[in-house]
Amino acid sequence: MANVESLRYFLPELLLTALVLAVFLVDLGLKRKKVPIATLMVVGLLVSLYAVLKTPGAEGVTLFLGMVSLDPFSVFFKVIFIVTAVLVTLFSMESDEVEEKNFGEYMGFIAATTLGAVLLASSNHMLMAFLTLELVSVPCYVLAGYISRSRRSSEASLKYVIFGAASSGLMVYGISLLFGVTGSLSFEGIRDALSAGNPGEIIVLISLIFILAGLGYKIAVFPFHMWCPDVYEGAPTPITAFLSVGPKAAGFAVLVRMLHVAFSSSDGAAAYLTDISSVDWPFLVAIISAATMTIGNLLAINQSNIKRLLAYSSIAHAGYLLMGVVALSQLGTQALLFYFVVYLLMNLGAFLVVLNFRSQTRSEQIGDYTGLAWRSPIGAFVAVSMAIFLFSLTGIPPFGGFIGKVYLFASIIQGERFIWLAIVAIANSVISLYYYARIIKVMFLRGIDAEDLGGFVSSPTTITLLTILAVGTAVSGIFWGPIARWVSHSASLFFG
Amino acid sequence: MVSHILSWLIFFPLIGAAIVAIVPRHQHNLIRWISAGATALPLALAIKVFVSFDRTTSGFQFVERTEWIRAFNIHYYLGIDGVSVTMVLLTALLCFLCIFASWGITKGVKGFFVLFLLLDTGMMGVFCALDFFLFYVFWEVMLLPMYFLIGIWGGPRREYAAIKFFLYTLLGSVLMLLVMLAFYFFSRDPLTGKHTFDLVLLQQQNVHIGPLTSMTLRNVCWIALYIGFAIKVPVFPFHTWLPDAHVEAPTPISVILAGILLKMGTYGILRISYPLLPDATRHFALFLAVMGMINIIYGALCAMAQKDVKRLVAYSSISHMGFVLLGMSSFTSEGINGAVLQMFNHGTITAMLFLIVGVIYDRAHHRDIEGFGGLAHQMPRYSVITAIAFFAALGLPGLSGFISEALVFIGAFQTYRMLTIVSAIGVVLTAGYILWTMQRMFLGSLKEKYKALPEINGRELFTLVPLAVIVFFVGVYPMPVLNLIKTSLDHLNKLVTGG
Repeated sequence: MANVESLRYFLPELLLTALVLAVFLVDLGLKRKKVPIATLMVVGLLVSLYAVLKTPGAEGVTLFLGMVSLDPFSVFFKVIFIVTAVLVTLFSMESDEVEEKNFGEYMGFIAATTLGAVLLASSNHMLMAFLTLELVSVPCYVLAGYISRSRRSSEASLKYVIFGAASSGLMVYGISLLFGVTGSLSFEGIRDALSAGNPGEIIVLISLIFILAGLGYKIAVFPFHMWCPDVYEGAPTPITAFLSVGPKAAGFAVLVRMLHVAFSSSDGAAAYLTDISSVDWPFLVAIISAATMTIGNLLAINQSNIKRLLAYSSIAHAGYLLMGVVALSQLGTQALLFYFVVYLLMNLGAFLVVLNFRSQTRSEQIGDYTGLAWRSPIGAFVAVSMAIFLFSLTGIPPFGGFIGKVYLFASIIQGERFIWLAIVAIANSVISLYYYARIIKVMFLRGIDAEDLGGFVSSPTTITLLTILAVGTAVSGIFWGPIARWVSHSASLFFG
Repeated sequence: MVSHILSWLIFFPLIGAAIVAIVPRHQHNLIRWISAGATALPLALAIKVFVSFDRTTSGFQFVERTEWIRAFNIHYYLGIDGVSVTMVLLTALLCFLCIFASWGITKGVKGFFVLFLLLDTGMMGVFCALDFFLFYVFWEVMLLPMYFLIGIWGGPRREYAAIKFFLYTLLGSVLMLLVMLAFYFFSRDPLTGKHTFDLVLLQQQNVHIGPLTSMTLRNVCWIALYIGFAIKVPVFPFHTWLPDAHVEAPTPISVILAGILLKMGTYGILRISYPLLPDATRHFALFLAVMGMINIIYGALCAMAQKDVKRLVAYSSISHMGFVLLGMSSFTSEGINGAVLQMFNHGTITAMLFLIVGVIYDRAHHRDIEGFGGLAHQMPRYSVITAIAFFAALGLPGLSGFISEALVFIGAFQTYRMLTIVSAIGVVLTAGYILWTMQRMFLGSLKEKYKALPEINGRELFTLVPLAVIVFFVGVYPMPVLNLIKTSLDHLNKLVTGG
């Protein structure tokens, strides 16, 4: 579709762009910023969410001469990003880590990242994918270093930039190689060139590895995960929560689209795709997946800082999520999407507890959570919510994380080829229980008799948000039919 | 007419838990009585089930079925047959009695009873579920309250025991998860053409398709299921979590663990491995019988070496569960009926044993066998109850343990002569450790410091007497229980042996 025509379908993105500008402008004229800017953010995001849901042509059109694709798959991720941004905005209100004078820019960067993520999930062209990946990354570099005068935060930001720059460089190089052999940068163009004839196995393999390096950095998979623990620990807690869901989901969205559209083709059968690149990339991704989940889980065991622990846990989850890519089937894609829905709920929930605890006690050490369940009724509520999130992350029913894992395992077993990966994954589930249970242990199993642990309170907003997220986590594990229908609709695009 | 009796059995305790959760936390007695009510109604319903259960059919009864998740063809599908009905009765009874055994819990009362009732729901669900997915959900849901109940209200090494229990059982259940998914994808309902989790449908071997028709995958599936269930039973060498968990858990939780949770392992084998993979079951039958024998002998030898009476009872459970394995692997009517009867009997006897240990621990604050002596003088009534339980455990004729062990031996002897003869040594060993313990604790002269030990009280008697009555009754006249299970088990036996 040509440029001018496309604008009609581009309303959500335009609204988000306007929101970014509006936030920066409002910031200039205000002294007490938190409430008005957060309100503006939430309203702006909700309006664009409405626009996303109401935009016509959601059955699959390409915009701007094939650069951007509007389809159920991108709509799904747009919803995920915007909901995440709304929640993170509310989290930021609850946090005292960001100073009020910087609040406007901070929110603007969150809006800009969201805009980038929305575009990234719709990218249908290597150039567009690269540009929007940078649009996601650059604001995140700034956000990671937002705690002024904190060495840890600055270190986090710097590490993030350096790793990010290196992997972006690799990715551009990979894209240029691919352009060299296929003569095209659009996903369909690459697919046509690859299926027309063999353009040189080695070159395709090298370029694919470089592109995976760029995206692998964004989703923090082995061996590109090193930045993740430091950045998660150093960044303000709401930003850590944001990074663990938003940009990660964006990276996965473009990864899936690229691999499914540019490097695979549907051979008529509706449920599966086949790899056309003559490079066995599903095997490569399976190895990355197994290594990522294992490394993430093993390194999480000994962490004493809860944000670091959750960082490693989110690395491990990236490994699980890759199983959905490996399967290269409709069920695999559904699994990935389903997992993101529950991952959003449970991971943001866990970080909200961390944030709440930090604002009460100034501590991020797991040891300080001792007896949280017995300190006060609010403490008990927070501890129970945390237990729900952590058990869901482990994958124990009746919580959503369990269904997510069932989906992922199911896609692997259905594919039959990578059964070993499912076995690695279940071993990892058991390992993960060990470290998640460490947090539960200190919260519940200790301190029932202790007198002097001090009380624990939360603001009404935190309690409301925790309730929503915890109930969501539980309900998505019991009545997940509606989510199943939604992801099934969103994933059907690449097949048949 | 669709009866919802099983749903009520499962979810009434959950409703009770919800009510307890909103009661102010200092109203200890109110919480206890609500919990008692929440388990009393399921007990009444279980008795109703017992009365109206059709003993002539091998099919499922009290069936309820509703679609749960269409995308995966998952159903909320409940029903019981002869294999599960005794377990449902046992669960309802022990949960009710354990509420009274929990009266002495004073810290975190509200949390304890909420978790206990959740546990009740999970256990009841496992025994009633006929959809593999539903079964799995209940199976795992049960782990969560158990972890907290051991971990918060347990003994000095509770943190270690709780996480060990959790990790072991989770490992077993994730293996089961993979098998469950394999069954789903490699099955096709001939009527609808869909994949299925329906355990009844999956019994029909022509539903299995693709790789699941190859013997290799069937054997692999059988082994994966076996590991999952063997951890729960527990079968040597997966048993190491059991002594820790049983010893550290508070008395009522030890009762539930030994009385009900262990049975889930053998129940799972009978409900899933046997009918779904009959060919692989036949292939591994000898292996199963050998494991049964090892459990009997090994458990008894370990029990003999224990100084802590609770640890002794824990190891005796391993030994007694060996009889179940031996009996069910014999593929004779006597053997398999004896096995399920042994599951029921062990549930009642071991529950008594743990309650008895709890009684003395509450008074003396230790469980060291050598530390007692001459208790029969001080606590005569307590000693009588103990004697009943101990003699039932060693298989004295006239008490229930004898019937089931005799049936198991009669059945197993027809199939595995040598194994049965060796296993019979276990009975001697059991008599050895039980009588020796009896002698050290109850006979001889009373220690000076225990001169003031109070006699067993009314509440404790209330938890023990019903079990003692059952032990007596089944020992003299086992037909009410055998009639309940026989039709289904003979049918199952035929299904597996292909006869």
